[in-house]
Amino acid sequence: MVGITSFGVYAPVYRLTREEISRAWKTKSLGGEKAVAGHDEDSLTMAVGATLDCMKYSPQKADGLFFASTTSPYKEKQAAAIIAAAVDLQEEIRTADVTDSLRSGTIALSLAIDAVKSGSAENIIVAVSDSRMGAGKSQFEQLFGDGAAALAIGSSDVIASIEGNYSLFSELLDVWRLEGNTFVQSWEERFILTEGYMNMMQKIVSGVMEKYKLTPKEFAKAVLYGPDGRSHANLAKRLGFNLQTQVQDPLFQSIGNAGTAALPIMLVSALCEAKPDDRILVANYGDGGDAFILKVTKNVEKVQGRQKFKERLAKKTYIDYERYLNWRDLVPSEEARRPDPRPPSITCLWRERKSVLSLYGNRCNQCGTVQYPPQRICAKCQGKDDFEAYKLSDKRGKIFTYAVDYLTASKESPAIIGVVDFEGGGRLMCEVAECEPSEVKIGMPVEMCFRKLSRKGNIHNYFWKARPVY
Amino acid sequence: MGTIKDKVAIIGMGCTKFGELWDKSVDDLIIDATYEACEDAGIELKDIEAAWLGTVFSGHTALSLSPALKLQYIPVTRVENMCATGTEALRAAAYAVAAGACDIALAVGVEKLKDTGWTGLQPTSVVGRSTMGTTGTEIGLSPPAMFSQLAVRYFHQYKLDPDEGKKLMAEIAVKNHHNGSLNPRAHYQNELTVEQVLKAPIVAWPLGVLDCCGVSDGAAVAIITRSDLARKFRDDPIYIKSLAVSVGPRLDLMTQDYDFVHIEENVRASKMAYAEAGITNPRNELSLAEVHDCFTIHEMVIYEDLGWSKRGRAKEDIESGTFKLKGELPVNTDGGLKCFGHPLGASGLRMQYEVYKQLQGRSGPRQVRNPRLGLTHNLGGDIWGGISCVSITGNELDRR
Repeated sequence: MVGITSFGVYAPVYRLTREEISRAWKTKSLGGEKAVAGHDEDSLTMAVGATLDCMKYSPQKADGLFFASTTSPYKEKQAAAIIAAAVDLQEEIRTADVTDSLRSGTIALSLAIDAVKSGSAENIIVAVSDSRMGAGKSQFEQLFGDGAAALAIGSSDVIASIEGNYSLFSELLDVWRLEGNTFVQSWEERFILTEGYMNMMQKIVSGVMEKYKLTPKEFAKAVLYGPDGRSHANLAKRLGFNLQTQVQDPLFQSIGNAGTAALPIMLVSALCEAKPDDRILVANYGDGGDAFILKVTKNVEKVQGRQKFKERLAKKTYIDYERYLNWRDLVPSEEARRPDPRPPSITCLWRERKSVLSLYGNRCNQCGTVQYPPQRICAKCQGKDDFEAYKLSDKRGKIFTYAVDYLTASKESPAIIGVVDFEGGGRLMCEVAECEPSEVKIGMPVEMCFRKLSRKGNIHNYFWKARPVY
Repeated sequence: MGTIKDKVAIIGMGCTKFGELWDKSVDDLIIDATYEACEDAGIELKDIEAAWLGTVFSGHTALSLSPALKLQYIPVTRVENMCATGTEALRAAAYAVAAGACDIALAVGVEKLKDTGWTGLQPTSVVGRSTMGTTGTEIGLSPPAMFSQLAVRYFHQYKLDPDEGKKLMAEIAVKNHHNGSLNPRAHYQNELTVEQVLKAPIVAWPLGVLDCCGVSDGAAVAIITRSDLARKFRDDPIYIKSLAVSVGPRLDLMTQDYDFVHIEENVRASKMAYAEAGITNPRNELSLAEVHDCFTIHEMVIYEDLGWSKRGRAKEDIESGTFKLKGELPVNTDGGLKCFGHPLGASGLRMQYEVYKQLQGRSGPRQVRNPRLGLTHNLGGDIWGGISCVSITGNELDRR
């Protein structure tokens, strides 16, 4: 049987309350709060976070990585390839970007399921991530949140098997973005919710239930896409599901609508709570819809126990609206009077790709010293060309000393830089993310996270930062 | 290995005022300082046989020096070793004379930082990357932030209460400003109080604005000849006893060995310099020292690195005034980088200028007692991999 073999999730730590947004615009607050990707995050970095989380519990090596998003950082350049390098997968795998639709995540899942079923792959990770923006003062600005989820599809040690699927397409223009649009565009709300969302979701759910001769009461959980809280609740009621006992919380109050990642995050959340033999309905929306029927197995308990989604959601740093405006470059601002950093050289980036994207140092075979960046002449014993590659991105460390720099040019001032001593050897000086200036301390335990550096130059500069262990 | 001791002497020096010299170009600074040095030595420019230009950002090749001075087809070379550049220019000139390649050599140090329009210096460069191509992953750490890591770890390791630590650093700024206020060439002319330093806005905790040296323009120049020729030019030449440079393999960020409470290159350069000069008790034998107080915490660590205070116990010497103008070993008698200013290429030679004048008894209100031997110290690069230059000069030839 083919199904989900592992799962992971990533939410930024930053939260913007809807009250704070409505204060800025003097509009009505929709209540709750939304997750906001930091200035050094994007759909790609969040996907790396979710994928690494998923790989932690995966017994098998992935031979495929699919990335799904409507906000991929490059218009031409495959994000899945960069993600695969960052999570250190081997070269001989299949990578794909599945983009442009709110249901790209479930489309990518279908493709992965078909590949495994047909035998052309054994274990594919589907990483789904979005960071969409609504215009100032809009409902979308309040509703949209940022986040990512990753689901591994395979055929052994399955934790939830795929028992059925159903899809419809629709050319309806309810929400869209043209090249050059910063904000998601849409038609009038009543139209897109009733003619679009409600209609299609009812067709999808009744379609899949009819295909497999099932009724609502035979499902332990219904994981349903929702554009907002009220529409989601209305749909669930109309479909005949019990809001209290069956319908999975869409996390509007804590994350918001995470675009193409919304449903996958909800699915991960459902799997975190599911029991063996639960039947789960999954229904996603966007340019039509996708539905799946899942059956949970005993194996789910192996992953549940180690998943830290609740702990991650509990780590929150509240920001104000101005900080959000600054991070998204929505207000032009003055740059610090500092010399421009040199733009990266692609030849250097390519030559040093293992040490940059996968954070590989090396370890001297003669004296055992771990060093970063990888050296040819050992820093300790001067032994030449006698090393073994040594990965640092998955190691934990402690802060040895740090700087809180108010002078350097940075999107966020002050910049926090730490000297990290890794367990098992190796030292790295890097930025410390997810940490306020008053929190950084000597001895603070940290782990590494994948981020985007703020820098001029016509590419996205990805690298690793330290963050406090949560 | 050979030695430079007593082989060459400085017979003339010049130094411009340091500061925000909006109306002075690089050429102006070079000309003003060089002509002062020539007058001091009693020579003309045409007597110079070879010249070295030390500058980090304000010139690229020898062609940044010879057109300004209209040097006539002699050997000219530009040298650079970040903040230690000035001392490198002196070193190049000294070795050329000692080797017999020329008899009278010129060392010029100059910097026009205020033409860049930036606040402060360029961020530090990073481990293991070339300057031509970069991966773009360097940390844009400002120089104060780099040194703040030293302070953070120093307070932690030696169990200094943060307020206590900041106060010790502040005492150094106050001392240097007191000395600088007696020096018309210094960038800043004001005295400071400890309170002012403690209240200054934080740049990189625990360093505040007044823990950081000024960003300045300026130039300083030395004229060097063989020791046996020196007395033809003046009665009081200053003899070079040692010139030491120590450059580490910058391994300190690659492994976990570096402790962030000392700078190894400072330790080794000073040991080399003491050995070459025949000094066994530097604290007693040195009459004064000019050190690289780019940030107050660095001066504090320098006291220990150069062997004057015990490790972790600079506090005791700061509190008892050991390094004050009237103390046992006056440090930065002209105001130091903090008060005199820090035009990178010029600083090493400006330090030499102060030692030179002190050893000749020409320092007026700042004069130290019994001047005999003086030390200059510069550090370029980073705290975890730097370029440390130490020079020791004296006003007498060794009779041994």
